[in-house]
Amino acid sequence: MRLTVRDLCVARGGVRVLDGLSFAVAAGEALVLRGPNGAGKTTLLRTLAGLQPPVSGTVDYPADSVVYAGHADGIKPALSVVENLSFWAQVFGRKEISHALAAYELESLADRPAGFLSAGQKRRLGLARLLVTGRAIWILDEPTVSLDARAVAMFAAVVRAHLAEGGIAVLATHIDLGLDEATVLDVAPFRAVRQELDDFDEAFL
Amino acid sequence: MKALLLRDIRLAVRAGGGFGLGLAFFLIVVVLVPFGVGPQSELLSRIAAGILWIGALLACLVSLDRIFALDWEDGSLDLLATAPLPMEAVAAIKGLAHWVTTGLPLVLAAPVLGVLLSLPAQGYGPLVLSLLLGTPGLSMIGAFGAALTVGLRRGGLLLSLLVLPLYVPTLIFGAEMARRGVDGQDYTTPMLMLAGITCGTIALLPFASAAVLRVNLR
Amino acid sequence: MASLWEYANPKKFIDTTDKVLPWVSVLAVLCLATGLIWGFFFTPDDFRQGSTVKIIYLHVPSALMAINAWIMMLLASLIWVVRRHHVSALAARAAAPVGVVMTVIALATGAIWGQPMWGTWWAWDPRLTSFLILFLFYLGYIALWEAIENDDTAADLTSILCIVGSVFALLSRYAVLFWNQGLHQGASLSLDKEENVADVFYFPLLVCIAGFVFLFIALVFLRTQTEIRARRMRALLARDRMEA
Repeated sequence: MRLTVRDLCVARGGVRVLDGLSFAVAAGEALVLRGPNGAGKTTLLRTLAGLQPPVSGTVDYPADSVVYAGHADGIKPALSVVENLSFWAQVFGRKEISHALAAYELESLADRPAGFLSAGQKRRLGLARLLVTGRAIWILDEPTVSLDARAVAMFAAVVRAHLAEGGIAVLATHIDLGLDEATVLDVAPFRAVRQELDDFDEAFL
Repeated sequence: MKALLLRDIRLAVRAGGGFGLGLAFFLIVVVLVPFGVGPQSELLSRIAAGILWIGALLACLVSLDRIFALDWEDGSLDLLATAPLPMEAVAAIKGLAHWVTTGLPLVLAAPVLGVLLSLPAQGYGPLVLSLLLGTPGLSMIGAFGAALTVGLRRGGLLLSLLVLPLYVPTLIFGAEMARRGVDGQDYTTPMLMLAGITCGTIALLPFASAAVLRVNLR
Repeated sequence: MASLWEYANPKKFIDTTDKVLPWVSVLAVLCLATGLIWGFFFTPDDFRQGSTVKIIYLHVPSALMAINAWIMMLLASLIWVVRRHHVSALAARAAAPVGVVMTVIALATGAIWGQPMWGTWWAWDPRLTSFLILFLFYLGYIALWEAIENDDTAADLTSILCIVGSVFALLSRYAVLFWNQGLHQGASLSLDKEENVADVFYFPLLVCIAGFVFLFIALVFLRTQTEIRARRMRALLARDRMEA
C-alpha cells in the first residue's frame, strides 16, 4: 500500500494552481498539507481522490483503495445516524458499523435523524463514514472543522489507529493533531508559475 | 446498488422527500383541463388519453431536478464517485428510483383520473400499459437532463428546456398508443416503438449521464 | 505533409480563415445576389402557385442549412470529445446561433408561403413539426452553453447533449412522420418539391443554395474567430485573477 505522486500539476477552473509536486506516502504514514487559503489544497486532494484529472503527472495507488471526505459530509438529514452509516457501509460492500459509532461516541445518537444533529455531531458522523468503508487511503479536506477539542482528540486517535493498521492519510488541516507519524508538506512553494503563452491549445489555460 | 435504490426510495417517502408532489401535480393538471376546454364528456373522452399523457409527462418533469441536485449539494455525489459503484450504475439506479417514486404512482393513478375525463372503457388497458412502458424512459431521459444541469444554481428551467425536446418521441408513441386503444384500433406498432425507445434509453443513457456527472464533478 | 489537425491550433485557424474569409464572403454575396435576382425576376410564375413560389429561393436553402448546421455541430462535438481540440468545440458553439437563424428563416418563409397556398400559417405537417422540434433542440443547446461558466465543462456537456440530442432528433423525425399519418390523411399538404420543380426554377435554386453554404461558412469562420478571442480573453483574465 503506497501513494505515489510524480510531477503532478493540478488546475482549478482551467488555471494551473500547483505544479511540480512529487511525494510518496507509505503504509502507516500520514501527510499533512499546509498552505494559505486558495493555495490549491482542495484541488490537490480532489485530484488525488480521482475526482478530477491532473493536468500532467501521475498519481499512483492500488485500485479501489481511496476514500474522500470533503467539506460536505454527504449526510441525509431525513435518515438516522445508523441509516446513514449503514448506507455507506453497504455501498462499499460492508456491513459492520458498530466500531465506527464507538470511535466517535455516536451510540447514544444512533437512532436520531441526522437533521437534528449539531454541526460538530454531523462532522463526527461524516468522519465515522471513513471507518465503515474499509478503504486504506483516506483523503481528508479540513476534517476538523466545527469539531470541539474532545472530538479532535477522538479524530486524532482514530487516524493514529488507522495508520497503525497500515493505512494512509492525506489531510489538509491547520490544527496540530499531534500525529508523530505525519510529514508536513507546505504546498505554497509549488504554486504554479505563470507559463509563457504559446500559440496552441495552451493559450486557453 | 440495492442500498442506493432503497436509500433513495426511503428518502423520497420520508418527510420533505417530495413523494406525492408529482402525483398531486398530475391531479391538478388533469382537474384543470375540463375548466379550460369545457365539460362536454364527448370532447373530454376524445382528448382524455392525450391529457393524461401530458399530465404524466409534466408531473415527471417537475420532480427531475431532485434526482441529483440534493446529492450534489451535500457532497454525496463526490463520495459515490469514489465508491466501488460505477457512475453508470449510480445514474441508472437514480433514474430507477425516480421512476419508482414518481412514474409508478402516476401509472397507478392514471385510471382513476381517467374517470374524471370520461375515458372510454376499452381505453383503460392500453392507457395504463402505455404509461407503464413509457414512464421508465421519461425517468432515464430526465436523469440525463438532471445530470447535465446538476452544477447550476438555477438549473430547473434549463432542465425543462433540455429535456422536453428529448421527450417528444416517447410522448408521440405513448399518446398514440393510448389514443388508438381508446378508438379500439390496433396499437401494436406504437407499443413496440414505445417499448423500444424505453429499452434504448435504459440501455444507453446511463453512460451519457455518467459521463456528464464526471465532467460536473471535476 | 500538413495534417488537418494543424487547424486545431487557434492561431493557425485564425490566420488561415483570415485569408479565406474575404473570398468566401464575396462568393456568398455573388451567389446570393445572382440566385435571388435570377430567381425573383427572370423566372416565370408557376401556373398553379403564381409568384408566391419564388419564396422557394429563401425557404429551401435556409432549411437545408438549418439541418447542415446541426450536422456540423455534431461532427465538431465528436471531434472535441475524441481529440479535445478547443477550436472544434468553439466552432460548434459558433455554428449554433447561425443554425437557429436558418431554422427561423425556414419556419417563417414556410408560414408565409403556406398562408396563400394552404390558407393557413401553420399546419402540423411532419416537416414543419420536425423543424419546430429542431428549433427547440437548438435553443436547449445554446442555453446550456450560456449557463455554464467554465469553458471546458461547457464544451464537454454541450458536446454530449449534441450527440444524445442528435439521436433523439432523428427519433423525433420518425415519430412525427408516424404520428402525422395517424392523425391526418396522407400528403395533401406535402412540401416535397424536389419532384415537381422544373428546370427554370431549379438552376437559380442551386445558385441560392451555394450562396447559403458560403454564407454559412463565412459566418461560422467569423464567429469561431470571435469565440477563440473571447475564450482567450477569459483565460487571460482568469490567470490575472489567480496572480492577484
